Amino acid sequence: MVPLTWYLILAAFVFSCGLFAALGRRNAIAVLMGIELMLNAANINLIAFWRYGAAPAQNLDGQIFALFVIAVAAAEVAVGLALVISVYRNRRTVNLDDLDLLKG
Amino acid sequence: MPELPFPLPTVQQVIFSMVAALTVFGALVVVLAPNLFHSALGLVAAFFGVASVYIIAEAEFIGVSQVLIYVGAISTLITFAIMLTRGMMFGATSPRNRQWGTAAIITSLTFLVLVAIVSSVPWPAVGEPISQGHEIIAGLGRAFVNEYVIPFLLLAMLLLVALAGAIVLARDYK
Amino acid sequence: MNWSDALIQLQYDLGAPQELSWLVEGVTYFIGAFILANAALILALLLIWITRKVISRIQDRIGPNRVGPYGLFQTVADALKLLSKEDITPASADKISYLLAPVLSVVGVLMALAVIPFGPALIGADLNVAVLYLVALGSLGIMAALMAGWGSNNKYALLAGFRVVAQLLSYEIPMVLAMLAPVLLVGSMSMQRISEAQALYLGPINLGIGWLIFLLPGAFLIYLIAALAEAEQTPFDLLEAESELIAGFHIEYSGMKFAMFFLAQFLNSFFLGAIAVVLFLGGWQGPFAAQIPLLGPIYFLAKTFLVYVVIQWIKGTFPRVRIDQMMQFAWKVLVPLALALITAQMIIMKLPLPIWLNYLLLLAANLAVVVAVLNILGSYFEREQVRSKRAFAPRSLIGTMQPVQSSSGD
Repeated sequence: MVPLTWYLILAAFVFSCGLFAALGRRNAIAVLMGIELMLNAANINLIAFWRYGAAPAQNLDGQIFALFVIAVAAAEVAVGLALVISVYRNRRTVNLDDLDLLKG
Repeated sequence: MPELPFPLPTVQQVIFSMVAALTVFGALVVVLAPNLFHSALGLVAAFFGVASVYIIAEAEFIGVSQVLIYVGAISTLITFAIMLTRGMMFGATSPRNRQWGTAAIITSLTFLVLVAIVSSVPWPAVGEPISQGHEIIAGLGRAFVNEYVIPFLLLAMLLLVALAGAIVLARDYK
Repeated sequence: MNWSDALIQLQYDLGAPQELSWLVEGVTYFIGAFILANAALILALLLIWITRKVISRIQDRIGPNRVGPYGLFQTVADALKLLSKEDITPASADKISYLLAPVLSVVGVLMALAVIPFGPALIGADLNVAVLYLVALGSLGIMAALMAGWGSNNKYALLAGFRVVAQLLSYEIPMVLAMLAPVLLVGSMSMQRISEAQALYLGPINLGIGWLIFLLPGAFLIYLIAALAEAEQTPFDLLEAESELIAGFHIEYSGMKFAMFFLAQFLNSFFLGAIAVVLFLGGWQGPFAAQIPLLGPIYFLAKTFLVYVVIQWIKGTFPRVRIDQMMQFAWKVLVPLALALITAQMIIMKLPLPIWLNYLLLLAANLAVVVAVLNILGSYFEREQVRSKRAFAPRSLIGTMQPVQSSSGD
C-alpha cells in the first residue's frame, strides 16, 4: 500500500499551491481557484486519515466530512463567481488591486 | 535477481506517483499560467488527479463525486466566469500582484513546515483492509439520514440559499 | 466465471510465473480494454450506417448502397476521405485546448464501456458506483465542448460551446433523477446487480423478463427524453442545426479531428441507449439467458440496437426545438416531474403495505408521470402547430409577396 506520508505530502503541496494562488494572483477568479485547491488538499487529508484510521469500513466520518466539504465548496464557488461577475459588470475589472472603493 | 538498494515500489505506489504528478502539475499550472483559461484547465487536471487519489484510497464514491461536482460543475462555472469577464484576460497587466514575492516566501515556508511535521511523525504505512465496498456506500447513506441528518438538511438549505443568492447577485437588472 | 479470471487462468496455464501476478493482471485488463475500445470504433461505422439507412427510409430514399453490400462500407470510404483532408489548425487557436478537446470527447465516451455489463460474466469492472461514474463521465463531454469552443478562438464556436454546456447541464439533472429510480428500487449502483435484479422467477426458472420498465415507465420516459438531449440528437441537436446555425462548437475542426467529435456523438447515443437497456430493459436478461450464457450478450446488443433505431426514428420524424423551448421543458417540466416521481417512489417503498400493493402504487405514480409528460408535449405541439399555420397562412403573406398598393391619398 501507499504510505500515509505520501498522501499528506501531496496534500501539503496542493495546499501550498492554493495558498500561493490566493495570496499572489491578481485576478479574483484565480484567487477562487486557489481556494478550491486548498479545499481539495483538506479533502485529501480527510480521506487519507479515514483510510488509515481505525475500522475504516465502519467509521465513515472522514468520507462524510469530505462530502460536506465538496458540497460547501460548490455553494461557495457559485456565490463567489456571482460576486465576481457582478463586480465586473459595475467596475469592468476583476483585478483585486483595482477594487479599492472602500479605501479612505 | 540482484538485490536492489531500495524496496521495489508496488503497482499501487507507481500509480499513486503518476496520479500525484498529474495533481502537482495541475496545481502548478493553476498558480503559474499567465492565461487564466489555462489555469482553469490545470485546475481540471488537478481535480482529476485528486479524484484518482481518492479512488486509490478506496473511497470510490468520493472520487466519482469529486469528478461529478468539481469537474462537472465547479470547473464549468469557473470557465464560464472566465469567459464572461474575458475583457480582463488579455490585458498587459501581470497575473501576479504586488505582494507576490512575500506570498512566495510564506507559501514555501508553509510547505516546508508541513513536510517537516508530516515526515517527523511515524504514520502507519498500511491501513486496515476493506472487503465490502458496497457496504461503505450503504453506510454513507445511512449516516446521512441518521447521525448526520441535521448537518445534511442544513447543507441542503445552504445550497438552496447559495443558488438563489448567486442568481440574485449575477442577475442583470435592466 | 468472470472473463478476467478465465483470461488470468489461461495465462497461468500457458506458463506465466505466479510471482508476476501484477503483470498478468495488467495484461488481462489491457487485452480487455483494447478489444472493447476497438470494437467500439468498428461499432461506430455500423452505427453511422444504421442512422443513414433508417433516416433514408423515413425520408423515402434508399440511402447509401454503392460501397459494399447494402452500402455497408460507405462509412469506411467517408472515414478515408476525412483522413485524407487537410488538417487545419487556426493560427490564433489556443493550441492546447484546441488539440485536446477532440481526444477528450472520445475518451469520455469510451470510458463508459468499462462498466457496461454485456453478459452475466462479461463486464469490464463491476464498480459499486457505476451509475454515478457514468454520470460523472458526462462532465468530460462538457469540458471537451468548452475547450473546443474556447480553443478555436471563434466567437460562433464559443457561443455554441456555451449553448451545449447549458443544454448538457440542464438535462443532466432530470437524467440523473430518472436513473435514481431503478437504483433506489434495486438498492445498488452496480450495473451488474441492477441487471441481475431484473430477473423474474417463476418457481426455480428465471424467465428474465422482470424488466424495470414495466414498473417504472415514467422514469424510463424521462430518461429517454433527457438522453436524447445528452446525446445531442434531434429534437435537441441545437449545436448542429445545420440549416440555421453554423456547425456549432466544432466549426473550426476539419479532417480527423472533426471525425472524432462525430464519432463521440454517435457512440454517445449508443451508450446512452445501452444504459437505458441496463437500467430499464433488463440488460442481458431475457428468456433462457440464465440457461444459455451466450444468449446474454445477444439479448443485450439486440435491445441496445433497438433503442438506437428508436432514437434514429425520433431523429427522422421530429422537428428541432428552439433553445428557449428546450430549456423551459427541462426546468419547468422534466425536473419537477422527476423530483415528484422520486419523492413518490421513496414514500411508496416505505409504506407498510404488502409488496405487490407497493409496486402497484409505484406503477400508478409512474403512469401519472407518463400521462403528464405526454399531455404537456401534446399541448406544446398543438400550440406550435397553430403558430406555424398562422405564420404560413396566405393572408400573412399579403404585403410581403405582393406589390404594395399605392394609396390614392399621396
